[in-house]
Amino acid sequence: MTMFFQVAIDGLLMGMVYALVASGLSLIWGVMDVINFAHGEFLMVAMYVSYWLGFLMKVDPIVSWIASGAFCFILGAITYRLIIRQCLGGPALSALLATFGLSMILKNICLNRFSPNYRLLTGTLLDGKKILLGDLIFPLPQLITGLSALAIVFIIFYIIKRTRLGWAIQATAMDKEAAELMGIKTDWIFAFVFGLGGACVGIAGGLMPSYLAVHPEVGGLFSLIAFIAVAMGGFGSIPGALLAALFIGLIEAFGGFYIAPVFKYVVVFGLYIVVVMFKPKGLFGW
Amino acid sequence: MNITKLKKQDIYWYLFIIILIIIPLIPFVANNSFFQHILILVLLFAGMSQSWNIIGGYAGQVSFGHSVFFGIGAYGAGMAVVKYGIAPWPGILIGAISASVVAVIIGYPCFKLKGHYFAIATFAIVEIFNRLFMVWYWVEGALGLDYPMVEVGWKNFIWYNTKIPYYYGALILFIVIFGVVRWIEKNRFGYYLAAVREDQEAAESIGINSTMVKLTAMAISAFLAALCGAFFVQYNFRVDPPMVMSLSMSMTFVLVTILGGAGTILGPLMGALILIPLQEYSRALWGGFGGGIDLIIFGIIIVVVVVRQPKGIMGIISDIKKYSQRNKKINFDTRKEKEGE
Repeated sequence: MTMFFQVAIDGLLMGMVYALVASGLSLIWGVMDVINFAHGEFLMVAMYVSYWLGFLMKVDPIVSWIASGAFCFILGAITYRLIIRQCLGGPALSALLATFGLSMILKNICLNRFSPNYRLLTGTLLDGKKILLGDLIFPLPQLITGLSALAIVFIIFYIIKRTRLGWAIQATAMDKEAAELMGIKTDWIFAFVFGLGGACVGIAGGLMPSYLAVHPEVGGLFSLIAFIAVAMGGFGSIPGALLAALFIGLIEAFGGFYIAPVFKYVVVFGLYIVVVMFKPKGLFGW
Repeated sequence: MNITKLKKQDIYWYLFIIILIIIPLIPFVANNSFFQHILILVLLFAGMSQSWNIIGGYAGQVSFGHSVFFGIGAYGAGMAVVKYGIAPWPGILIGAISASVVAVIIGYPCFKLKGHYFAIATFAIVEIFNRLFMVWYWVEGALGLDYPMVEVGWKNFIWYNTKIPYYYGALILFIVIFGVVRWIEKNRFGYYLAAVREDQEAAESIGINSTMVKLTAMAISAFLAALCGAFFVQYNFRVDPPMVMSLSMSMTFVLVTILGGAGTILGPLMGALILIPLQEYSRALWGGFGGGIDLIIFGIIIVVVVVRQPKGIMGIISDIKKYSQRNKKINFDTRKEKEGE
């Protein structure tokens, strides 16, 4: 039984990180109806930012997530200005393909500059520390990352639901023209939302290099998981994405432990297919 | 007006026949094996993208799952040669048929989904198949199938010291796929597909069974994609899951078609003609500068084309046509004004 709870804890802690990544994607998807294919690559870039800050300047990931979050916010806003804005009026797929091109660019720049080696940040503040609760182990780096990720998801949800900025974002998502008539600068809102989506993965990526190795291909799996979490949760619904991401984290951990590690993503993706068969618009979609 | 249009059509046909005569002679004129390799890849990728075009372009269902069918076709041929030591042909047939069956099985639940949901479901399917083939011992798992040395010739569809027969093989494949798509385009079925693409509810209200139409399109598309996969493995002498059943392979199907122009018969060919030489030459030119330079440039080109003209090269061509027609119109108008004076 201890094993069961331990696996559940590991799954949930991973699921919280997935939740942050997925809610960034969900924001962009919900507001602009664009799938950001370079989402995982933003995460990879953020991890590199945090890694190099830690490696060269001895800045701990507990602090450097601010830098990587800001970096990805700017990266997202620039991506919107240069690429997404031109794609918005066009066919549904053009933004996806353009961001695929962007993901290729980012991935290969990192490959070219930093080599394909796996890099892990060692000797950080929380490195190897853990909290013991009876027989259960809570590894501190994962715990801090997971809880911060969860907190940021809630902050973003609060911003969307309760602040004037959030209402402007909601209005833009519902009806762009009407929002413009109400005096909302939708172009700025879009740029901000894309930046915010980037900042979500930026923060998630900034916290992780102390326990997850950085390499140019690290983003691929995260973006797939984020796609699935968002589609499972439902179009543009952050609570849906959060629950779906936690669910995916659990399924991944249990599938890996009780079936076989090689099958854990087969279980995750297979379950997603089963879910959308019965709920084609996701669990919380309309 | 009608007569001039007919004549234009005739000119296109003559041009087409001339090209048809020239194409088979190309490898003899350019006896450079790298150039021949690029020609083969262009034909192969044009065929692949054309097979995707049936479901992605004409039926409007953007599937990212075609690398699964491609991979099943590749494994069909590979298993016949490597495991059973026979000619690849029965394997190719079995692979293509099982790709169609798999397409129908995974198409049935997925066609309930729309837009981005459909795209993401097909992503998931690629990952599932990739990981299952990685651990399936019967197909050698992640090790992949390595071809043994066999007798060269059309019986085994393998040549070691020349690429020219491969060129003809690719050409035949290309013509078959283009023929099928051309036939679909002009057939009643093509109009069904267009109706489903434009408005599924309206199509259903006039009695089109949209699920059936989409499933048939998917099965044909998967069959043709599997044939391309079989050619790919016969040309490569090797197959493993990440090579054929990966998201990047799926993206190739989509990218070539979209960059060329989805839903048009010439689009995939245009896309392949531009994209594949670009990819191969940039690899040859800049690949030596250290990892990834060629892919960075390739990515930049993708972004620029998609941002500038989302309808792809066919869109650019129609832009040029429109532009020249507008100029003609202006001339005509000014002439009229002069006559009026």
